[in-house]
Amino acid sequence: MINFDFDVIERSWVYLFQTGMAFTLELTGLAMIGGIVVGTLLAMMRLSSNKIISTVATTYVNLIRSVPLVLVIFWFYFLVPYIGAWIIGANEPIRVGAFTSSLITFILFEAAYYCEIMRAGIQSIPRGQVWAGQALGMNYWQTMGNIVLPQAFRNMIPVLLTQTIVLFQDVSLVYVLSITDFVGAASKVAQRDGRLVEMYLFVALVYFVLCFGLSSLVKRLQQKVAIIR
Amino acid sequence: MNYNWNWRIFWEPSPDAVGTYMDTLLSGLYWTLATALTAWIMALILGAIIGTVRTLPNKWLVRFANGYVELFRNIPLLVQMFLWYFVMPELMPTAIGDWLKAVQNAPFITAVLCLGFFTSSRVAVQVSTGINALPRGQKMAGTALGLTQMQTYRYVLLPMAFRIIIPPLTSEFLNIIKNSAVALTIGLMELTARARSMQEFSFQVFEAFTAATLIYVLVNVVVVNLMRLIEKKVAVPGFITGGGK
Repeated sequence: MINFDFDVIERSWVYLFQTGMAFTLELTGLAMIGGIVVGTLLAMMRLSSNKIISTVATTYVNLIRSVPLVLVIFWFYFLVPYIGAWIIGANEPIRVGAFTSSLITFILFEAAYYCEIMRAGIQSIPRGQVWAGQALGMNYWQTMGNIVLPQAFRNMIPVLLTQTIVLFQDVSLVYVLSITDFVGAASKVAQRDGRLVEMYLFVALVYFVLCFGLSSLVKRLQQKVAIIR
Repeated sequence: MNYNWNWRIFWEPSPDAVGTYMDTLLSGLYWTLATALTAWIMALILGAIIGTVRTLPNKWLVRFANGYVELFRNIPLLVQMFLWYFVMPELMPTAIGDWLKAVQNAPFITAVLCLGFFTSSRVAVQVSTGINALPRGQKMAGTALGLTQMQTYRYVLLPMAFRIIIPPLTSEFLNIIKNSAVALTIGLMELTARARSMQEFSFQVFEAFTAATLIYVLVNVVVVNLMRLIEKKVAVPGFITGGGK
């Protein structure tokens, strides 16, 4: 058996949390907000009566959902500089920072999953409410913004949060781009000090405590929200 | 934009001595499928057992099974990969640990173990949901017929439960194929890793990733249709599970 040296955590925890965990949490938070906004728009597109709009959204969602996140991360890592150059009309691919690149990746990737949740949410609202809105003379955006989306969003809060916990775990995959997120920071320390066992056990423990705690909270919330009808 | 497209790159020889770049990608597909399928069988067996245990009357067994599910659900897959690959051999007795580190195809074996356990916790949740979705009368009827608990599960509950959960199992199957890409972090040369190495050698980024994406989509379509076929084939007449008709 080996002798553990848990000192390594004491020596490095400021770095782990201030650099690593801060990155992970920031990316998770921003990607959640962006993902829900883009996902809701995608859901509205999927449910649109316009064939072209709904086909475009459906194809996008199905495509993203059938490809591994790791491959999507690589895709955007190389694609974003070209898209940026195309937008500002530059000739050369522009430089994009690691954070921006992974933020765009996660917003666009998670949007496909948030879209499916919001679609279920929108469909759970009785059609009569939409008709009532139209009968009152509201246009599409007013009906959606004032009647359908607030309720759909409220009904789906537990599922959206569960998806966010999944997102929080998924963010660890930016490791493949050698970015210093929580796992990245831990593995840098682990390799520097030759303490892989302690570091990875510690990382697993932190993730477990956080995710278990959060999902217990979501379960409680679910019981509170569940009695609307 | 000045990116040089070269779609003929797939038929040019690759430096890893397998043949052309196309062969590189196909060997990646082979490892992706081999890993995913082996792990899927493991996940189905373990998941069926743990999922069944979650519905048993014994409180301690239920607690154990719930703990198992929470353990594998609340740690990111990447971290679990590292635990199996870097940590597990160190925690074993020295002889076994050394053997594990020296064994051939270590990334493949590790990836299968990791994905198998990871997915088994998800399958377990589906299985117990399926069993709980059955009318209580089914279990009682089994008992009334004089079947033991084991027989009730084997002949009455599990065959019905598995039919109910075919749609969620399909998406778990798709997930395990996608998740096998995470194994590139421990050196498994599966499809995404092969696309990445093709990109590094040939500098044709977008061709490599487009090909990999298309292959993944194709695999998805095949799996979805296969599962639909199975669902139709095993459907119990008169028992509507949604996928039948």
